[in-house]
Amino acid sequence: MTKVAFGGRAYEYADSETVLETLLRHKLDVPYSCKKGVCLSCMLRVIDGAIPEESQVGIRDTLRTQGYFLPCICPGDHDLTVASAEDTALFSRAVVSDVFPLAPDIKGVRLTPATELYYHAGQFINLRRADGLTRCYSLASVPSIDRQLELHVKRLPGGDMSNWIFDELQGGEVVELQGPNGSCFYLPGRADQNLLLIGTGTGLAPLIGIARDALHDGHQGDIRLYHGSRHANGLYLRRQLRDLAARHANFLYIPCLSGADVPPGVRAGRVASAVFSDLGGLADWRVFICGAPPMVEEAKKTAYLAGAAIADIHADPFELRDLRRKPRPDPSSHK
Amino acid sequence: MTQSLFERIGGEPAVEAAVDLFYRKVLSDDAISHFFDSTDMDAQRAKQKSFLTMVFGGPNEYTGKDMRTAHASLVENGLDDSHFDAVAGHLQATLTELDVPGDLIDEVMTLAGGTRAEVLNR
Repeated sequence: MTKVAFGGRAYEYADSETVLETLLRHKLDVPYSCKKGVCLSCMLRVIDGAIPEESQVGIRDTLRTQGYFLPCICPGDHDLTVASAEDTALFSRAVVSDVFPLAPDIKGVRLTPATELYYHAGQFINLRRADGLTRCYSLASVPSIDRQLELHVKRLPGGDMSNWIFDELQGGEVVELQGPNGSCFYLPGRADQNLLLIGTGTGLAPLIGIARDALHDGHQGDIRLYHGSRHANGLYLRRQLRDLAARHANFLYIPCLSGADVPPGVRAGRVASAVFSDLGGLADWRVFICGAPPMVEEAKKTAYLAGAAIADIHADPFELRDLRRKPRPDPSSHK
Repeated sequence: MTQSLFERIGGEPAVEAAVDLFYRKVLSDDAISHFFDSTDMDAQRAKQKSFLTMVFGGPNEYTGKDMRTAHASLVENGLDDSHFDAVAGHLQATLTELDVPGDLIDEVMTLAGGTRAEVLNR
């Protein structure tokens, strides 16, 4: 008999049931709405087993490659192991290689995971301290280039994790991490497409990863990186990004300062205004947006109205958004 | 055998051609955009596609009850005839822009108009 495994138990399909129907018949708490493959409410992720391509219709490419599918239009005729997007995945150990300054209130952290992490540049991980405190950070590293994972951490007033990283964390210390998460990353293909990368603050971290990943992959279209900050100090890695731009004719780096005292070579004003005054239409562009949520939401909408297809606008995935805002539940506390 | 409206208008490709045009018009209209703003743009676009499929006379995912339930919270937040008319206007403009023949536009607008009571929860 074929079965679907979910949450550690396996459930047998009844005749001509969809995967969703089987899960619902067993009273499992799976959100759903249209049951016709339209609303995307019931999206799950396949951990093991083969799903038909038709069950991924309407799901954006970066989620499809990670095995997201719609159980409501997936016939129950294959053995599958599936999980909801919110499922707490396993944490594994990592050793801190070094902690280094990037700006007065931003530090970089390099990590060496005990088991290799398969990830795309631009995804994020959850970092857990020995006492269970957990926060998520985007990956600035590129798996095909960098041996270690790199995170950029901004010191937040009253921030438990960021202050600990700033004041106490040192190389050699052991932390735990879970991931990778998120669908904001570069996928090879369409090498002539222009890429627009918009970020504020440490939203630069995933964008640097995405830009280097695309360049490493031989991307031919323009790659325009707009980085915005209120203070000049926040425009970190400026020299490195200018060097990268000098080495690659199709990579453009445009730092933007919304506050006063704009240094030479930096644009005055908000990052979004710079983008949309430089570029008229965004039809056929691939857009990546990372940073403060209000900026991200605004820029997503503006990019869409400027002609970018929704499937080509990448930001944090909606399923994991809440997890990014609150610490993940500590699995050990459920024992 | 006469072709259905959905077939005459061009089927799924016609919906696909119309959905972004339509959704961009709606989002750009300050009088109604707040009803359509969403952090989940994939799902919002999917909803607009489902709506267009229905008013194009296609196989649709909406039932009357779903339409009613789906709009109940919007009605509580002030959704009224003026907003309904504005959306209908954008639908008509979209079809005109796509050079859909006038008689087909009339059929679509009739179907769309027929949802008024359900959308406004009357």
